[in-house]
Amino acid sequence: MSMPFYVSPEQLMKDRADFARKGIGRGRSLVVVQYSDGIVFVSENLSQALHKVSEIYDRIAFAAVGRYNEFENLRIAGVRLADMRGYAYDRRDVTGRGLANAYAQTLGTIFSSGGEKPYEVEIFVAEVGDSAEGDQIYRLTYDGQVADEHDFAAMGGSAEPATTYLKEHFTPGADLAASVRLAVQALGQGDGEPREIPSSNLEVAVLDRSRTQQRKFKRLRAAQLQEILGNGGAPGAGPEDDGGGPSTDPSGPDSPTDPTDTAGGDVPPLEDPTTGEPTAPPGDEPPIAPPL
Amino acid sequence: MSDPRLGPAFLRPGSSSFVDFLAEEAPDLLPHRRALPEGSYAELAPHGTTIVAATFPGGVVMAGDRRATMGNVIAQRDIQKVFPTDEYSCVGIAGTAGIAVEMTRLFQVELEHYEKIEGAVLSTDGKANRLATLIRGNLGMAMQGLAVVPLFAAFDLDAGIGRIFAFDVTGNRNEERAFHSVGSGSTFARGALKKLHRDDLDERGCVTAVVQALYDAADDDTATGGPDLARRIFPLVGVITADGYRELPEDEVASVADAVIAARMHRPDGPVAPLS
Repeated sequence: MSMPFYVSPEQLMKDRADFARKGIGRGRSLVVVQYSDGIVFVSENLSQALHKVSEIYDRIAFAAVGRYNEFENLRIAGVRLADMRGYAYDRRDVTGRGLANAYAQTLGTIFSSGGEKPYEVEIFVAEVGDSAEGDQIYRLTYDGQVADEHDFAAMGGSAEPATTYLKEHFTPGADLAASVRLAVQALGQGDGEPREIPSSNLEVAVLDRSRTQQRKFKRLRAAQLQEILGNGGAPGAGPEDDGGGPSTDPSGPDSPTDPTDTAGGDVPPLEDPTTGEPTAPPGDEPPIAPPL
Repeated sequence: MSDPRLGPAFLRPGSSSFVDFLAEEAPDLLPHRRALPEGSYAELAPHGTTIVAATFPGGVVMAGDRRATMGNVIAQRDIQKVFPTDEYSCVGIAGTAGIAVEMTRLFQVELEHYEKIEGAVLSTDGKANRLATLIRGNLGMAMQGLAVVPLFAAFDLDAGIGRIFAFDVTGNRNEERAFHSVGSGSTFARGALKKLHRDDLDERGCVTAVVQALYDAADDDTATGGPDLARRIFPLVGVITADGYRELPEDEVASVADAVIAARMHRPDGPVAPLS
């Protein structure tokens, strides 16, 4: 007769947290910075179609790293919640705090229930106010914890070097161009030399309180971005040259950028079973599909 | 909304329609889920009256008078009956005001919801079809006297032209070529536009034509409100061009209306059209 293994609750939670953290750590980072007219989101994203940063409601935006299918699901749920609340009450009654609460409860329940695997996502919910004092940035982690962030924040694979860089170089009240440049430099920080990220690999969006429209969310177009960054996308650094294309050879390794590419059936384990070291180096391709 | 968690309906992948989502999560918020006892309720609530719309090269103009009536009583003098529904479209409502306004709000959220979830704007025909579905859902109440007959106008970014769609209570949608009108004074407004509207009108000319048409509607239909000179209440005019929807500022409409009224002082029946 086989005996069921006993696993202590501490160990169970720790295992689940490690699992989620490793999934998030494999993705590319995302940085959010407050600037003079609002909040800017900058992430490294090879895809033009699959967004990491999106609009939720008039003044609220959503940014996420981790598994695309999971955070896309949460994004749609957020849009549904915000639209329903705004329709049942009034547009002004939809708040970032309410949305962050709903996400926290949802993620927390999934994390602590034994039935489902925890979501491998980390989320920012940001709301732009009438002035910089009214801006709110919430960070939600895979286990449903909420943190209130100020001035700047980073999440994803190389979040730590990015946060360190932002801590040293952030100045309150900077304009949009300076803030985008700061965020891009922060994203390029890593273990070795800072990388230069071509503007074609960036996804940048703002919540701009100076917009006259009710909806304050706006994506920065490639032309605007090149003007700000001035590097115009280094030649040979386009998404198609990044080695991120889906693998078509069924015997070859699966492309980590393409969640649908499991033909090889050899998605590497999260860690080496003998040494316990992560097999995927930090800053590996994000778990999103390449441009179609 | 007592449970702070996002329920299964929120996390279910699939539909990008807000109406479909509401039907599952909160059906009591949908306008067409209410059953009324038998009988006619036509006199129960205020009715909106006349809406006119006309195209010009590069855009479309929609205007509505400001009167809501309840039987022989004027229920409201400054009601808003033209609503922007997204950046490039608007709806003008005629019929039972309460239900029409609710339907318009739902339609606004429906368009925005689709845009946010899909990351793309619905096509103009897609928008018109969604509105037709909402109207069709109201058929039961329309048969009890609470009908809603909107007029939909949009600037089609693909075709680069303004387009007008009319509907009947069963949700049948018809695209109109140059101009259209709905509501109790629509017969008179359409007659006026027949004589006044030309394909080469500019924006200002087109605005003048719709204000003239509303004046003629108010002239012959008691339920349509004319320009209220004592209170300075003038029609509400929306213009949609490639730059998006814009509600004309009150002083701009007032200057057009004042010019129309000044001319009517000399000829109360309005401008003369050539005989042949």
